[in-house]
Amino acid sequence: MTAPQSFYHTSSPAGLSGIRAWLLTHDHKRLGLMYLAAVFFWFVLAMVLGLLLRTELMGQGPTIMGPEVYNSMFTLHGVIMIFLFVIPAIPAIFGNFFLPIQLGTDDVFFPRLNLFSWYLFMLGGLFAIVALFAGDGFPDTGWTFYVPFSVEVDSNVGLTVSAAFILGMSSMLTGLNFVTTFHRMRDRSMGLMQIPLFTWSLYATAWVQILATPVISITFVLVMVERILGVGLFDPDKGGDPLLYQHLFWMYSHPAVYIMILPGMGVISEIIPVFSRKSIFGYKAIVWSSMGIAIAGSLVWAHHMYTSGMSDVSVFVFSLLTFLVAIPSAVKVFSWVATMYRGAIEMTPPLLLALIFIYLFTVGGLTGLVLGAVGTNIHVHDTHFVVSHFHFVMFGGTGFAFFAALHFWWPKMFGIMYRFKPAYIGASLTGIGFLFHYVPMLILGLQGMPRRYYDYLPQYETGNFLAGFGGYLLCLGIVIMFVNLLMSFRQQQPAGADPWGATTLEWSVPSPPPLHNFVAPPVVASFPYDFTTVVERAGKGGS
Amino acid sequence: MTAVQGVDQAYWYILGISVLLLLAITVVMVYFVIRYRRSRHPVAADIRDNYKLEIVWTIIPTLIALSMFYVGWTSYVGLRTVPEDAMEVEVIGQMFSWIFVYDNDKESENELVVPQGRAIKLNISSIDVLHSFYLPAFRVKVDAVKGMPTYAWFYADEVGEYDIQCTEYCGVDHSAMVGTMRIVPAETFALWLDE
Repeated sequence: MTAPQSFYHTSSPAGLSGIRAWLLTHDHKRLGLMYLAAVFFWFVLAMVLGLLLRTELMGQGPTIMGPEVYNSMFTLHGVIMIFLFVIPAIPAIFGNFFLPIQLGTDDVFFPRLNLFSWYLFMLGGLFAIVALFAGDGFPDTGWTFYVPFSVEVDSNVGLTVSAAFILGMSSMLTGLNFVTTFHRMRDRSMGLMQIPLFTWSLYATAWVQILATPVISITFVLVMVERILGVGLFDPDKGGDPLLYQHLFWMYSHPAVYIMILPGMGVISEIIPVFSRKSIFGYKAIVWSSMGIAIAGSLVWAHHMYTSGMSDVSVFVFSLLTFLVAIPSAVKVFSWVATMYRGAIEMTPPLLLALIFIYLFTVGGLTGLVLGAVGTNIHVHDTHFVVSHFHFVMFGGTGFAFFAALHFWWPKMFGIMYRFKPAYIGASLTGIGFLFHYVPMLILGLQGMPRRYYDYLPQYETGNFLAGFGGYLLCLGIVIMFVNLLMSFRQQQPAGADPWGATTLEWSVPSPPPLHNFVAPPVVASFPYDFTTVVERAGKGGS
Repeated sequence: MTAVQGVDQAYWYILGISVLLLLAITVVMVYFVIRYRRSRHPVAADIRDNYKLEIVWTIIPTLIALSMFYVGWTSYVGLRTVPEDAMEVEVIGQMFSWIFVYDNDKESENELVVPQGRAIKLNISSIDVLHSFYLPAFRVKVDAVKGMPTYAWFYADEVGEYDIQCTEYCGVDHSAMVGTMRIVPAETFALWLDE
């Protein structure tokens, strides 16, 4: 009944049809899905690259590729995963789709700018592809583009940093849109402490996007200035300072880590209460920890540089600050677990994925303590321990939050439900494969195997072989999850407006929502996680 | 306590607490999921916060974190405090090998030989891009930067061969930029130095 009215059947602006209704749309929901399509493509591509890299490392010596290809490939894997998957995934897809609905409004504040951001995103991706095939090939610098190497090599560093520049622009404009929407478009009756936690986390993220991204954009412009005009900013041969580059790079790229993880934390803060049918524990603490992470996370960048040769005073200060940023993340983990205490917990694929998130993210956070402490950092800095640590956070954290968000909001976005059993199998296999893949890397790092190594000393072969094996399990699990989700289009099992028994506003509108989101004016609850009415409905034999 | 022992103690301290925390969080989480499953516990309690508990689980982790910072920092001080009688060796990173230069201008490539029972101070620099000198067995790592000398030190306690690796990505043969550090008895070292 609601299907003909859904946003799939109404274009914005009116009168567009077919592909034009998508490519010229102002509708935040269509844009969310357009990001989903693009991000999905990049994720699968970079995942395949990652698997090829680990296959190469399964045996000592050349296995399937030479060192030039390997070095370009790990750079490409990093650039795609960071700039085209992890940063945009949750905010651009689910943020675009759900932030306005959670705020009780019909679109973002600047819908045309939102469309423009999508085109910038696509343009940035296009630049990356051109850099791959044009001229001297994709850079082999690593995604960090450390100078002086990156100003000396002939490969397409220029095109690639331009791609990152454009993608940063897209990210900034999305952040701007979210902040303005949060303040100016929110339903009049919704106070600050009535806003769902996913939207809060996007708000904190958006500020980091707006304030930190210009730093990397300027830095990349400076790299271009140095490469093209030969101005000595970073290269010691020309009187520049390579450490300056590292500071500027991490001044963005560490806060960017929180751009990546905060929205994921927001997703988990939505999922845990719904399936516990119980209010989130410590709502205010979670809001404040999100803002605390956004602020404190901007002050810890030089913990990437303990071995760089910077002064020991800087090392002291940045290590101390790093330990302080651990606290808000710990508070969130405790709050999620406490939410389940005396809940009425129903196991579903999104909840399973959220639980795996909590476990893997905790490992990521705790291994971060080893890296934050200076003495221990020195030994494992730039080893496989670091590779494993940030994959636990970025993939075990943000990646699993992304999978959880897909399974949680899939019925809302498409109006259909997927099968649970394959989702459980896929999720479990992904989790188990993940541990087989990354735990050996933690150990390799402690044993001293550096990162970005095409080949390695003989004592590291067993660990690398095991990690490669885990990588295949991991990818198999992801394929099962994705195929299962895509199969739901064939089964067309309708999902209903509120399949889970949830309280936030997006579940009060039809699935998929109509163009202007709300059929009737939204009713804003005094507390966004009050499950009283959900329990009453369930008692009457409802959902 | 040697510098290496200091670092290793910091590892045991931080990793030990981490494993306990991980175990506690996981056990409690899994227990809640099983104990409070909807079929067994159909009606959830309405608990929204508990300020006392929240203050406790903010303060205790803060104290633990600060203690970790402290052990991390003190072990780092051990890595930075070079004994005065240390023997100095110049270390130069280049694409893609390590050059070691001794006091008598003796040079060797990818082979660092040092006498047993001495503290060794390495003065590290680069002649091209960034490299990083890494001696895993002695928990020592520092970047080699052109135009900005850095240093590291270790105590050559036991005769043997140890790996040297480059840990700052430096180009196509980065992973081949490996060398060997040999600790030899003082007499053998003296002979080697005069070769």
